[in-house]
Amino acid sequence: MSLLQINNLSWEPRQRQEQPWRLEGIDLQVEPGEFVGLIGPNGSGKTSLLRCAYRFNPPDTGTVHLSGEDIWQQTPRWVARRIAVMLQEFPQDFGLTVMDVVAMGRTPHQSWFAGDSAADLQLIETTLQQVGLTGKGNHSFASLSGGEKQRVLLARALVQQPDLLILDEPTNHLDPRFQLELLQHLRGAGPGVLASFHDLNLAAAFCDRLYVLDRGRIVASGTPADVLTEQRLEQVFGVHALVDTHPLAPHPRITWISPA
Amino acid sequence: MTPIRSVAGYRTLLGVLAGLLLLSCLMSLGFGAAQVPLAKVLGIALQQLGVAGGGDWSLGQAQIVWQIRAPRVVLGALVGAGLALVGSALQAVTRNPLADPHLLGVSSGAALGAVVVVLYLGEFAGVFSLPLAAFVGALCSMLLVLTIASRHGRLESDRLLLAGVAVSFVLMAFANLLLYTGDQHAANSVMFWMLGGLGLAQWKLLWLPALCVLAGFVALLSLSRALNALMSGEQTAVSLGFNTRHVRWQVFVCTSLLTGVLVALSGAIGFVGLMLPHMARRLVGAEHRRLLPVSALLGALFVVWVDIAARTLIAPQDLPIGIATAAIGGAFFIVLLRRKV
Repeated sequence: MSLLQINNLSWEPRQRQEQPWRLEGIDLQVEPGEFVGLIGPNGSGKTSLLRCAYRFNPPDTGTVHLSGEDIWQQTPRWVARRIAVMLQEFPQDFGLTVMDVVAMGRTPHQSWFAGDSAADLQLIETTLQQVGLTGKGNHSFASLSGGEKQRVLLARALVQQPDLLILDEPTNHLDPRFQLELLQHLRGAGPGVLASFHDLNLAAAFCDRLYVLDRGRIVASGTPADVLTEQRLEQVFGVHALVDTHPLAPHPRITWISPA
Repeated sequence: MTPIRSVAGYRTLLGVLAGLLLLSCLMSLGFGAAQVPLAKVLGIALQQLGVAGGGDWSLGQAQIVWQIRAPRVVLGALVGAGLALVGSALQAVTRNPLADPHLLGVSSGAALGAVVVVLYLGEFAGVFSLPLAAFVGALCSMLLVLTIASRHGRLESDRLLLAGVAVSFVLMAFANLLLYTGDQHAANSVMFWMLGGLGLAQWKLLWLPALCVLAGFVALLSLSRALNALMSGEQTAVSLGFNTRHVRWQVFVCTSLLTGVLVALSGAIGFVGLMLPHMARRLVGAEHRRLLPVSALLGALFVVWVDIAARTLIAPQDLPIGIATAAIGGAFFIVLLRRKV
């Protein structure tokens, strides 16, 4: 059974002028532990599709199943225990600490009035260590750099201990070193991953499979080598590119040449 | 100033604030046209609570302290705590640091209700006519704002704030029109009520605000995790398992009702709900399980002291407490802002 199974989904933006298209005929799977990438030009619907997957956008038609259960038949809390999301949405500057932000990730696992247990705190501590933020728990979130904020939000998603991790442009704002560390970490972490990417070389290097989204439709899917061809990059992204094999690894490597 | 982070530090702060509040209340009982020393105040309070016997105070002093001043002080503390709670929650749920209890149109509805009673209906329920009418007005304006702001059962913060401001203007226009064309004497008494005051306080009436503030505190505290999440954003809150639609409705209805009760009893006291949450955040940060108790205590403490000022500055007359909160609070915050640089 697939971890995430999206069947024949369509979704139309509520404010039509925002996007000239609708998501239509979307079929997508993520297997347990699999790392799946979503690529496509700006405004192709990546973020909207991810929102459908974590029960934010209710689909107009079609279904979204998680471990065989229709997520719209379940409560938000049920979904939050199984899907964690790392967004590009930063908390308002009201004076939250790194600790406060990360501890929110435990919310779906805690009962109504309970505080953070010793186990929760331990988990938060080790996770902060994993993302390289040891000792920054008491820093104000607002005072961090963009990259550090991103890592805090990743830590929050990880302490949610999800089966599926949904990431919207996870490597934005990150230094090359942390981009690689982050993705390596995610590959081995256990949960299945569905992530949207801007950087196609990173997508090629880390994803088991890719889906290509163009104006609300999936136009290709498969392994990076199947999907990332010179012809397709020209069609979908409108760019001439050279695609060869990475000199040190078996995945494709893209070199951008010029706008088509 | 770095906010207090440690558990022990936080507990100490709560203890200190609660102690200060108790002490301030006792001191406040001594201030006024007839000064009563703190020792006597303490004696009277203990006697009235049935803990200790009599002392060397006159019956008149006991009357003034316990029957006139004490309910007023308690009401002040409740109003301060309630408004600060409402402000904290609204600022989080709207993600707007300028949100305040009066922004949702509740106060103007209350004012209109008060005007109608004073000008046309008269004292249909004795001394309670004005607060009753004000509460009905507040309730109507709240329903109006929520109806205008909600679309397909969905309540968006931006629309809510705008609807609140718009409804406020319309209701205030009506109230002002009635005042302008109405009897001058009645207009004065409405004006006086709108400036805020704790003069209506009586022991037999206090259970109502006490119950409401307590219920509001428990309700908002139970929503504090959701408030944390909503402060971070709509999608974050959903991804953490909150039904944001329900949470918003709960917070708005709960805060509007609480504001309605408080405004009805004490008029439109400004500043407390807007600024005290910010001061509380400076002390303990924005995490709502920590913030809400501190915010409530600070609000209570603030109003108790402002009430002392209001009673002594132009004694033997009372300064309307709304004027005092705005003037003192505003000046205090300006000093705070300057010092930050």
